[in-house]
Amino acid sequence: MIDIRRIFTHVEQIHHEFGPVAATPLLRGAIGVVLTNPFAGRYEPDLLPMMNALQPLGIDMAERLRAAMGVPAQSIEGYGKGAIVGSAGEQEHGAMWHVPGGYAMRELLGWKGDRQAYAQGQGEAKTGQPGNALAIVPSTKKVGAPGTTLDVPLTHINASYVRSHFDAIEVRVSGAPLADEIVFILAMSTGPRVHARMAGLAATGISQWDGLR
Amino acid sequence: MPAKIRKIIVQLDETRIEMGRSISPPTRKALAMAVIENPFAGQYTENLDALIAIGEELGALLGQRCVEALGIEPGQAQSYGKAAIVGEAGELEHAAAILHPKLGAPLRIAVEKGAALVPSSKKRGGLGTAIDVPLGHKDAAFVRSHFDAMEARVADAPRANEIVVAVVVTDGGRPLPRVGGLQVHEIQGKDGLR
Repeated sequence: MIDIRRIFTHVEQIHHEFGPVAATPLLRGAIGVVLTNPFAGRYEPDLLPMMNALQPLGIDMAERLRAAMGVPAQSIEGYGKGAIVGSAGEQEHGAMWHVPGGYAMRELLGWKGDRQAYAQGQGEAKTGQPGNALAIVPSTKKVGAPGTTLDVPLTHINASYVRSHFDAIEVRVSGAPLADEIVFILAMSTGPRVHARMAGLAATGISQWDGLR
Repeated sequence: MPAKIRKIIVQLDETRIEMGRSISPPTRKALAMAVIENPFAGQYTENLDALIAIGEELGALLGQRCVEALGIEPGQAQSYGKAAIVGEAGELEHAAAILHPKLGAPLRIAVEKGAALVPSSKKRGGLGTAIDVPLGHKDAAFVRSHFDAMEARVADAPRANEIVVAVVVTDGGRPLPRVGGLQVHEIQGKDGLR
């Protein structure tokens, strides 16, 4: 069911944006996997088997991205995901990545939650800091022509409301997706925007450990 | 000091057929964009309060324009999102100043409630740059049928000293949602997640 044509990895290092030079450059990375869309050209009501079949791919892509960024999992502070579906597919084909892409990244980064409950959209009771990667992985998706860009949102992995970490990375895989393909994307970052100065909730102020604050 | 608005653009995107299936009622997304002058273009400024105030002004203006375009009661809005494109003489933090401290509250009034975080994206670019505005259910971020996005673009903006600010409001989720997860009818709507 899973036929991968290409894997595209992008890593950038940001030193400044015409303000004070960062002591530690910000790293941002994205990985796009180009694969055949098994449902291209037809309406398939049951997308769940494919969604499940994508789980190992999600785990593999998350680890490849982390390795490409050359940092340990503990250094990852922001994440996001996305999908670009080729023109013979539909928007919903992009939605197949929510569970396998999101869960894989969170597990890589130290999430200790209940995978079944997560897949079913249920919450879990939490107190204190129960592991890492507590927050929802933000996302975008679109149907587009080869070389379409997608802006993938990034938010803090433990508390979505950490203001310094609201960001986005523009991702594009030249020549993909073809009409019968999908590009599934994961993104990670190692810190706040390089000149973040909007106050609000800081990473050091996380206290609820509910994935929001 | 109110924003110096060069243009306002409103779009309504209505999907009636998806993959050969009729979508009834059509799923609809409204996008409202303002092209404004960037008061801090070309200089590094520590205090961005003027842009924070502009964020509050535009959250109301653009949120209201979206709801008007949809022709719905504010409470019928289902998901939202926001984004900004900073012109070449600006910095990303100018977008952050507009989007994050004060834009959310008036946007939530325009859609009546909104317990959930307003998803966002930002970038820098030239005229005609497109940005994908991420969308999520306004009361419960984990409602899977409502994870979506809408592309926003103004052909002649932003110029180097401008910023494009975009707000999207919808009255539904994706056209043919079928990947499970938290459903709309399961929403409790208190913690903004579920």
